[in-house]
Amino acid sequence: MSETTKREQHVVIKFAGDSGDGVQLTGTQFAETSALFGNDIATFPDFPAEIRAPIGTLPGVSGFQLHIGDNEILTPGDTYDVLVALNAAALKVNLKFLKPNGIIIANNDGFDDKNLRLAKIDENDNPLHNGSLDAYQVFTADITKLTKLAVAEFGLGNKEAERCKNMYVLGLVYWLFDRNLQHSIDFIEKQFSKKELVAKSNIKALQAGYHFGETSEMFGNRFEIAAAVYKKGTYRSINGNQATALGLLGASVKSGIPIFLGTYPITPASDILHELSKHKGFDLISFQAEDEIAGICSAIGASYGGRLGVTTSSGPGIALKTEAIGLATMLELPLVICNIQRGGPSTGLPTKTEQSDLLQALYGRNGECPLVVIAASTPADCYEMSYMAVKIALEHTVPVMFLSDGYLANGAQPWMIKTLDEMPEISSHFIRQANDSKEYQPYARNADLSREHAVPGTPGMEHRIGGLEKENITGNISYDAANHELMVKLRAQKVLNVADTLPLQTFEHGNKDSKALIIGWGSTFGSISTAVKELREEGLDIAHIHLKYINPLPSNLGEMLQNFDKVFVAELNNGQLIRLIRDKFLKDAQGINKIQGQPFQITEIKDIIKHNLQ
Amino acid sequence: METAHKTIFTSKDLETDQEVRWCPGCGDYAILNSLKKVLPELDHSKEDFVFVSGIGCSSRLPYYMDTYGMHSIHGRATAIALGLKTSRPELSVWVITGDGDALSIGGNHLIHTLRRNPNLNILLFNNQIYGLTKGQYSPTSEIGKITKSSPIGTVDSPFNPIALALGSNGTFVARTLDRDPKHQQEIYKRAYHHSGCSLVEVYQNCNVFNDGAFEIMTEKDSKPFTTIFVEHGKPLVFANGTKGIVLEGLKAKVVDIINGNTEGLWIHDESDSMKAYILSRFFDNDELPRPFGVLYADASKPSLDGLIQAQLKEKRIDNKTLAFNDLLKSKNSWEVQ
Ligand SMILES: Cc1ncc(C[n+]2csc(CCOP(=O)(O)OP(=O)(O)O)c2C)c(N)n1
Ligand code: SF4
Ligand SMILES: [Mg+2]
Repeated sequence: MSETTKREQHVVIKFAGDSGDGVQLTGTQFAETSALFGNDIATFPDFPAEIRAPIGTLPGVSGFQLHIGDNEILTPGDTYDVLVALNAAALKVNLKFLKPNGIIIANNDGFDDKNLRLAKIDENDNPLHNGSLDAYQVFTADITKLTKLAVAEFGLGNKEAERCKNMYVLGLVYWLFDRNLQHSIDFIEKQFSKKELVAKSNIKALQAGYHFGETSEMFGNRFEIAAAVYKKGTYRSINGNQATALGLLGASVKSGIPIFLGTYPITPASDILHELSKHKGFDLISFQAEDEIAGICSAIGASYGGRLGVTTSSGPGIALKTEAIGLATMLELPLVICNIQRGGPSTGLPTKTEQSDLLQALYGRNGECPLVVIAASTPADCYEMSYMAVKIALEHTVPVMFLSDGYLANGAQPWMIKTLDEMPEISSHFIRQANDSKEYQPYARNADLSREHAVPGTPGMEHRIGGLEKENITGNISYDAANHELMVKLRAQKVLNVADTLPLQTFEHGNKDSKALIIGWGSTFGSISTAVKELREEGLDIAHIHLKYINPLPSNLGEMLQNFDKVFVAELNNGQLIRLIRDKFLKDAQGINKIQGQPFQITEIKDIIKHNLQ
Repeated sequence: METAHKTIFTSKDLETDQEVRWCPGCGDYAILNSLKKVLPELDHSKEDFVFVSGIGCSSRLPYYMDTYGMHSIHGRATAIALGLKTSRPELSVWVITGDGDALSIGGNHLIHTLRRNPNLNILLFNNQIYGLTKGQYSPTSEIGKITKSSPIGTVDSPFNPIALALGSNGTFVARTLDRDPKHQQEIYKRAYHHSGCSLVEVYQNCNVFNDGAFEIMTEKDSKPFTTIFVEHGKPLVFANGTKGIVLEGLKAKVVDIINGNTEGLWIHDESDSMKAYILSRFFDNDELPRPFGVLYADASKPSLDGLIQAQLKEKRIDNKTLAFNDLLKSKNSWEVQ
């Protein structure tokens, strides 16, 4: 063999094809194999809005971006080193983020006249042949034909045989990165355990792709990316929705209070329902309601009965839950509302990411109705933060909104597993046993203003609660003016008191004497952190604060901001957290905003900061 | 479901210290009193009853019963009750709702709750008006009705709640009326003992905004001729025993009863869904009396809470902490030394 090996610290690969081509599977398999190998990874699946946009067209392109490295990887990368394009549309949509001299692996069969036409490219202007790709290293193969040939012996129908081409591509890329096929072979065997021929064909396609890489000598060199150095421990690859589901479930196990999940399917939140509904063994009830309102209301009914009510949704569904969140606030019952944000308003950009529901989360209800709002910053952090959502809800008897988004939901990273013994204790305020010592008052309060809730079935504590304003302590209906003001303030203070139990805010980078500060929240963590790290390496002393607790804010945040004249707030919306920062701290912060349904690129953040600090 | 050791209590024990805020003469009082009579006769202890309501005059009822209760938000009581009942199947959970609450804003939840069949008792107080918001027409108001929001008459066709419940695959569908406490109590007991979702429509007079809506069915003179009280296995007889109903094909017809001979009359069969549907359609025909009683009861369908509990039992894991920690590792984990 004549190929040489190129050592790289990190490489970004983009798999792109028609949404029917199975590139999501190719990407996830490559990601899992790389994680198992020991690379750090960050993934970014980018789905088309339609389940089945017309085959071969530009809107039908599905992509999976993957960043692998031998040290810490925080984002899926701004630009790619390798672009795998299964058809002309996939190349056209994705070419603009391929690095100069980057590698293109193209399927010739996806560039025939028909595919060119569908991609709105002139038939006589095939980019594979017209010289327009001269700035890149282009490798082409008749992937569809080669796949069919490879699996011919198993006698699948034409369509089914063609469908194996994603495995052929996977094999080819495995060869390019010198990866072991075993994980994917195991996966295929499990996935198609009941369809032997399909399993055999896919394995054959995978192996054929690998061998083609080896024998065709199409690539000049292979990549080698060493395993990252990790702390000792047990790891797995995890995406945000899996982590959210596990965090909720873990908190339920730790607290001994079983979950009632009342929910209604919506992208990108549905996978949490799918995951949790598998775990009935944990005494978990999952209820797919007739709509989001019934979802949250059934969860409230369950919390009232002494379970942990959970509801999961995204923007449009959260809008429907609004009135019931107000009810839970009045009832002062624990409830977790997971909001996996997507582009809005209305149906908006269902499959794209955005952080545009922050103001809705903070303020989107009638009346004075403060809500605890917390946000995860990485896919794995969804585990810790959804766990914290449960802990806060149970310990403070409040509804809590947990914010994630499409980017975190579907993005994956290696995660050092945190078993329950490493997670904090969780207490709760349900009374389940008769207690003769004192008369039960439903709205008597503990020092932190939480209340004790006697669940139905507890003898001698029968009482009524509801959405009408209640008298302090007794919980009886009250229209008294002074009482209403008192209750509004108590409910507000109760939310503020949550801050006493939260970790203090820290700087991710820099300190209070740095030259400028950038504040972010949620899924922008990786991009901001990497941008700041690079700016600091270039000699700019920028500090980075990343907020996970947004209401209430960490108690030391004001003090941390004090020294800064220059404060940037970076978020994927038209300026939402920035209003809170200006409102609470009277800081003339400056927004760094992107509203394109895509995460920040590192360079976008760096450029704005550099430009502003000149 | 019965609780093992029921503690005895009386109607008096059900009183609360809350001042009742309904208008004097409102039909809601009679319903409250009937419930207070029935509860002590049932198999649950006082603390195991829960009344969940939406919003409306009717939905204030939980405040006046010293059981557990939740006065929630408009239209959503069924959904809340479903979450509670499936979480705590040993409780006796009742939903108190109005015609606007259940059939307008809460219509979606009502039909889906009925089809799922949780073991709830839904009492729908039908006064054919929005009481609490002071007199707009409701989804059960008759066409042409003059109200505050329909000064020259409504143009909306009303719902037939019984037909809606049957069409939603309700497993227990009954009708009673505020002015007949004995009948109410009997029906509430039947609803309680039905395993599955019971829907009871209660004709209730709103003497302030829709007085006399059911007068011809409640006044002594007209009641015998405008109503028929059905009982399982008994012929359909009304008008003080002088008239009966026969079924000609799918059509119900009134016939005279001569010399007390009820042969050939329609015999009520609660388990017959087709006949229940025909009974529900008496609503459309003024010549036919309005049926009261248990129009349909099917105990064969398993309850939602029963099915959910069976799944939980089947899958139950004893050492959850161990199982959870294993679950974290189950998906392709790897060790770093
Ligand atoms: C979301 C919402 N919309 C509207 C209202 C106003 N509202 C309160 S009760 C009611 C109608 C009640 O009618 P019904 O259910 O028939 O009860 P009744 O008062 O007649 O017993 C309305 C429209 C409300 N409380 N909440
Ligand atoms: S308005 Fe009508 S329904 Fe409401 S309390 Fe008064 S009489 Fe009863
Ligand atoms: Mg009404």
